[in-house]
Amino acid sequence: MAAVIEIKNLVKDYRLGDVPVHVLKGISFEIERGDFVAIMGPSGSGKSTLMNILGCLDKPTSGSYRLDGISVGEMNRDQLAEIRNKKIGFVFQQFNLLTRTSAAENVELPLMYTDMPAHERHERAMKALLSVGLAGREEHQPSQLSGGQQQRVAIARSLVNDPRIILADEPTGALDSRTSLEIIAIFQRLNREQGITMIVVTHDPDVATYANRNIHFKDGKLQLDERIAKPGEAQKDLEQLPAEPAEEVAAI
Amino acid sequence: MSKIIASMKIALRALQVNRTRSALTMLGIIIGVAAVIAMVAVGSGATARIQEQIQSIGSNLIIVLPGSISSNGVRLGSGAVVTLTEDDAKAIAAECPSVAAVAPMVRGGVQVVYGNNNWATTAQGVTPDYMTIRDYSMMSGEFFTDQDVDAAAKTAVLGETVAENLFGDNDPTGQVVIIKNVPFTVAGVLTPKGQSPSGQDQDDIILLPISTAKEKVLGANKANAKAVGSLMVQAIGPQAMDQAQQEMEALLRERHRILSGLDDDFTIRNLTEVFAAQETSAQVMSILLGAIASVSLIVGGIGIMNIMLVSVTERTREIGLRQAVGAKTRDILSQFLVEAVTLSLLGGIIGIVVGLVASWLISYFAQWSTVVSLLSIMMAFVFSALVGVFFGYYPARKAAFLDPIEALRYE
Repeated sequence: MAAVIEIKNLVKDYRLGDVPVHVLKGISFEIERGDFVAIMGPSGSGKSTLMNILGCLDKPTSGSYRLDGISVGEMNRDQLAEIRNKKIGFVFQQFNLLTRTSAAENVELPLMYTDMPAHERHERAMKALLSVGLAGREEHQPSQLSGGQQQRVAIARSLVNDPRIILADEPTGALDSRTSLEIIAIFQRLNREQGITMIVVTHDPDVATYANRNIHFKDGKLQLDERIAKPGEAQKDLEQLPAEPAEEVAAI
Repeated sequence: MSKIIASMKIALRALQVNRTRSALTMLGIIIGVAAVIAMVAVGSGATARIQEQIQSIGSNLIIVLPGSISSNGVRLGSGAVVTLTEDDAKAIAAECPSVAAVAPMVRGGVQVVYGNNNWATTAQGVTPDYMTIRDYSMMSGEFFTDQDVDAAAKTAVLGETVAENLFGDNDPTGQVVIIKNVPFTVAGVLTPKGQSPSGQDQDDIILLPISTAKEKVLGANKANAKAVGSLMVQAIGPQAMDQAQQEMEALLRERHRILSGLDDDFTIRNLTEVFAAQETSAQVMSILLGAIASVSLIVGGIGIMNIMLVSVTERTREIGLRQAVGAKTRDILSQFLVEAVTLSLLGGIIGIVVGLVASWLISYFAQWSTVVSLLSIMMAFVFSALVGVFFGYYPARKAAFLDPIEALRYE
């Protein structure tokens, strides 16, 4: 399998007043296409900074980053925006949905910045909502949806532009354990059925057990990089949980 | 095009989120545009009215008035000594090629009586040429003729104000009115002209043959029976006005035997020029009114800028998200610019309606004539759009250049 992400000697420095802060101190790794990677580490370990760089929201101070074979280090603002639009899907801890905007329109958002005609945008948004189990809720606004449903709308939004990778920053941080498991189950299914490369930043060791590979960070350096021989099956674990009358179950 | 409409729809929805705030922001533009339209309407109404009045006095008019003369070193006031005569009028008509017609005139206040009614007005002794020079037409009856002037016929033409005050709704033609105990047959009534540029009622007159006026009504000048109060002169065209003035001046100086170096004993005034000055001042006034009103439009624009800045701050996370999913700098820029322009255009459209209603109310209640031109409406529309672009650009730029990471993290 070809590497979708190649990072070599990635360094990121910030300047806090006169004091330079070395957030990333020369990191190198590759992520293969179709992998499911959990990135872990205590706060301040540099994993958020790494995520920002992987997501083309930030640029490294030095080192190289190739995404899907394209070197993104020297790109300008608008070129990076285009890369994000075409190749990356984002899932955030706080969902970041547009309020007073229907689920379908939230999902369509990334396509608004392409030349796609309206009817095609709508079709693809519907398809994405269907694949996260939200068919029938297209016209609901975020305030009318539960936290888990909102996060699923956000996942549909990250899917809609057929990205190479989905970057999820603490996607289960604002959800209870059952809903978290539902979200992980969706990630696993997308990863296996559609071959989308998943990169999940998490604090939760339980979440990490469902990934194929765990990368641990500490003090701006890669501390541990391990393959998980037998990752957990989120869907099965979910079914073994005592049944709850939550609408979430019906939706899955 | 469809993309612009789509972004307008998005902008409208964003504006609906804060209905009250959007409405209040628009109010600034509404007031500004309405003020511009109403004020310009009042100004051009005044100008149009003055133009109408200038039309009403007749075209290419020059008036010759008796001037002051010095008698043994004592300068007498203008008109104190009668220096213009009917012969002067005839000479001007005959010898000045740039003059189309000349009408000598005498005037004085009279009391006109008909039955139990009487009315104080101005009697003007004129010749039939006066009718063509002043561009009069008859509402009923006929103007008196040159034969009537030669015969000093006791015939009169009434202005509409006089006719109404003496006869009410009845047609005075053929009736007999009495002026200074002399009976006059009414030959006809003039079509009303309304106010003159100097504010006089041009219909409050009674016209008599100049000969009859002098002999029977106003009394002839004792020193010179042929003396007249003034001469109304019509030049052959607007370009010939100066030429006609020069010709008359030369002719009158020669006829009055004024040595070179001495002052004229008459005054020549170009009436059109006098009133054109009034028109100019009315135009200046309307420009001034428009300028003052547009200040409020600018204040409205600042209101838009203010609200857009607040909106950008409030929606920082939304901007960050849009950037994360692929919005380029110009996408965010145009989103907020379209929003500002939608706000100002909407305000502009409502303002145009309010301005139209306001100018109608002004002309209805204050009785001022107002003229709303299509140009001022279009200007207001374009100007309000420009206000949106101008005052929306800074907030939109601020939004477009936010750092996506900071924006996404913004609480």
